Amino acid sequence: MEIFVQQLINGLTLGSIYGLIAIGYTMVFGIIGMVNFAHGDVFMLSAFISLIFFLILTTWLGISSIALALLIVLVIAMVLTSLWGWAIERIAYRPLRGSFRLAPLISAIGVSIFLSNFVQVAQGARNKPTPPMVQDVVVLFQGESGYNVALSYKQIIIMVVTAVLLTIFWYLVQKTSLGRAQRACEQDRKMAALLGINVDRTISLTFVIGAALASVAGTMYLLYYGVVSFNDGFVPGVKAFTAAVLGGIGSLPGAVLGGLIIGLIETFWSAYFSIEYKDVAAFSILAIVLIFMPSGILGRPEVEKV
Amino acid sequence: MTAPAITTTAQTQAVTRSFDFSAALKDALKTALITLGLSIPILSYKTDQSGADLFLTPRWGLVAIVCAIVFGLRLVLHAYTASRNYAKATPSPRQATELVHAEPSAFQKASRFGVPFFLGVALTFPILIYLIQGGLNESRYWVDLGILILTYVMLGWGLNIVVGLAGLLDLGYVAFYAVGAYSYALLSTTFGLSFWICLPLAGILAAFWGMILGFPVLRLRGDYLAIVTLAFGEIIRLVLINWVDLTNGGAGISSIPRATFFGLPFTAGEGGFAATFGLEFHGMHRMIFLYYLILALALLTNFVTMRLRKLPVGRAWEALREDEIACRSLGINTTNTKLTAFSIGAMFGGFAGSFFAVRQGFVSPESFNFLESAIILAIVVLGGMGSQIGVAIAAIVLVGGPEVLRNLTFLQSIFGAGFDPNEYRLLLFGVGMVAMMVWRPRGLISEREPSVILKERKAISGSLVKEGHG
Repeated sequence: MEIFVQQLINGLTLGSIYGLIAIGYTMVFGIIGMVNFAHGDVFMLSAFISLIFFLILTTWLGISSIALALLIVLVIAMVLTSLWGWAIERIAYRPLRGSFRLAPLISAIGVSIFLSNFVQVAQGARNKPTPPMVQDVVVLFQGESGYNVALSYKQIIIMVVTAVLLTIFWYLVQKTSLGRAQRACEQDRKMAALLGINVDRTISLTFVIGAALASVAGTMYLLYYGVVSFNDGFVPGVKAFTAAVLGGIGSLPGAVLGGLIIGLIETFWSAYFSIEYKDVAAFSILAIVLIFMPSGILGRPEVEKV
Repeated sequence: MTAPAITTTAQTQAVTRSFDFSAALKDALKTALITLGLSIPILSYKTDQSGADLFLTPRWGLVAIVCAIVFGLRLVLHAYTASRNYAKATPSPRQATELVHAEPSAFQKASRFGVPFFLGVALTFPILIYLIQGGLNESRYWVDLGILILTYVMLGWGLNIVVGLAGLLDLGYVAFYAVGAYSYALLSTTFGLSFWICLPLAGILAAFWGMILGFPVLRLRGDYLAIVTLAFGEIIRLVLINWVDLTNGGAGISSIPRATFFGLPFTAGEGGFAATFGLEFHGMHRMIFLYYLILALALLTNFVTMRLRKLPVGRAWEALREDEIACRSLGINTTNTKLTAFSIGAMFGGFAGSFFAVRQGFVSPESFNFLESAIILAIVVLGGMGSQIGVAIAAIVLVGGPEVLRNLTFLQSIFGAGFDPNEYRLLLFGVGMVAMMVWRPRGLISEREPSVILKERKAISGSLVKEGHG
C-alpha cells in the first residue's frame, strides 16, 4: 500500500513533466497538422539553458536563495527557449507550408538531429550533474513495515508550477483573443486568414507557447533528476508524444491527461514489473494506441478530406 | 523576409541593379542579434566538470564569430536575391522570340556517362587503390572505407524503396538491419550455418519482421507511421539489450564466423583461399572479397529496385506516394502495396545487416540506434528521394566526406589540433536535411524518370513534377 501511494506520487510528478511537453506537440499538431519531432530536443535544450543560468546565478552572482534562483531561471529559460521555438518555426517549418506531405516531418527530424548534436558539440557529450537544489522531504505517513511515504519539496514544486502554468495557459487559450485566433486557425486556416487573422503570427505564437511550456518541463526535469545530457531529449520527447496521442492529439486537456497516464504507467511498470522494459512499455503504448485508438481518449475522430 | 510587393509592369522596368543596402544591413543586423539571443547561454558558456562540480567557461569570442558569420551570410543572401530579381525583371532580348526546346539539362547529359563511370570506378576500386597506394597493406584503409560506403549505399537503396518510391517514412529502418545482423550472428554461432545459407535466411527473416511490424501500422497516416516505426525500432533495440539469454545483452555477440570464399576460408594454412589458388597469403584477400560481396549485394538491390519500378507493384508504389486517395479510388489495395514496399525494403536491410555481421565479426545493440536510422534517412533525403544515383552519391559524400576531411591535416592547423570533422558530421546532416527540404525538396539531383513511356523518352526536370498531397 505504501509503495503504491509512493509510486502514485512519483508517477504524477513525472506525468506532469510529460504533460507539459505533450502540450507543445498537441498544439502544433492541432494548428498545422505536423508532428514537431524536434520538440523533445527543444525540451533538452531548455534543460541545458536552465542548468547554465542556475550555475551563473548561484556561483557567480551568489544568490543563496534557491527559490529565487529557480524563479529567475524559469523565467529566463522560458524567454530563451521561446526564441529557439520561434526561430525553428521561422527557418525550418514556415518555408515548407504547401510543400509535400512528409517535408515538415523530415525537416523536423533534421532540426532534432541538429539540436542534439549542437548541444553535444557546444557542451560536451558527458552527463551534466547539477549542484543539489531542493532536498527536503515531507513524510506523509509511516508504514507499518517502516516504509515511509515521502513527498519531496521537489515534487511539490513541480506539481504546483505545472498546475499554475496550466491554469494560465488554459486562460490564454480559452479567454484571450490570441487563443480565439489559434482555435480559428485550427478549424480553418484559410477562412481565418480571410477574416483578418494573421495566420503566420498565430502559428509562430503557438510554437513560442509550446517551447515555453517545454522549457518549464526542462527546468523541472533538471530539478527532479539533477542531471541532463545531450541525448535526453529523445526518449522523453517520444513519451510526451505518446501522451499527446493517448490523450487525443489536438486536444489540450487530453495532452495533460495522457501525460499523467504515461507517467503513472511508467512508474508502476518500473515498480511492479521490470525497470529494463519501462521504455518498451511506453513505446508499445504508442504503437497500440495509434493502431487501435488513433483518436485517443479525448480526441475527435479524424475526418479525412479529399 | 517581407512579402513581395505587388508591382506593375512600369515598376518592374524601374528595377535597378543597386539594391537597398541599408535595409539589407538592418535585416542582417537583426538576424545577427537573434543569433546572439540563440547562442546565450548554450554557446556562450561551456559547462566543464571538475570533480563533482560544474563550472562555466565563457566563450564570447566564439559567439562573436558565429554572429559575424550569420551577419555576412545574410548580407550575401540579400545581395543574391536582389541580383536574381534584377535578372528576372530584365528579360533577355532573345526570350519569347525563339522556340523553347525541352533540352535535357547539363546534368542529364552528363549522367549518361556518369553511371557507367561510377560503375567502372566501383568495380575496379580495389585495383585502382592497389596501384595508387602501391601495395596491399597500404590500401587496407581505403578498401575498408569503400566497404563502409557501399554498405550505406545499399542501406540507402533499400530504404529508398520504402521512402523514395512508396513515400512511407520509415524511421526504424535500422531495426531490420539489426534483425539481419543478429540472424546471421545467432544462426552461425549456435547452429554453425555458413554465411551463404544465412544471407538469404537473414533477408527472409527481416522481410518477415517487416511484414509483422508493417501489417498493423500501415493503415496509419504518413507521420503517425513514421513515429510508430521509430517506436518499433527502439523496441527492437531495447529487447536486444535486455534479452540477455538470447542476445548476450549490451555486451553483444562476438567471434562470429568470418566470410569464406564459397566455402574456402581466408586462412594461411592448407585448404585456404590463398593455398588453393596458389597465391601468397594476405589478410587483404578477405577484405577485397568483402568489398566485391557488398558491391554485388548493392548492385542487386539497385537492379531489383529498377526492375520492380517497371512492374505493376512498382508503379503502384509511386502512385501511392503521389496520392493515396486517388490510388484507393482506382482500386489499388493500398495495404498490400505498402506492405510489399515495406517488406522488400526490410529484406535488403536484412541482407546488409548480415553482411555487417560477417564483416565485423561482432554485433552489439549499440550499432543499431536511432542515429543510424537517421543517417540512412539523411542519405536518402539528401540524395533526392527516389533517385538511385543520387542516393549513391549522397552516401559517398556523407560517409566518405568526413573520413576524407579527417585526413586533411591543414584543417587541423586552422581549427586547432583536436579538430575532428566526425563530431560535426551529424550537425551538418541535420542542417542539410532542413536546407534540402526548404530549397530542394526533391533532392540535389532531382531527376525523375517516368516508368511508363508512350512514344519517346522526354526529359522531365524534378522541379516540374508537382507533388500530390495524399
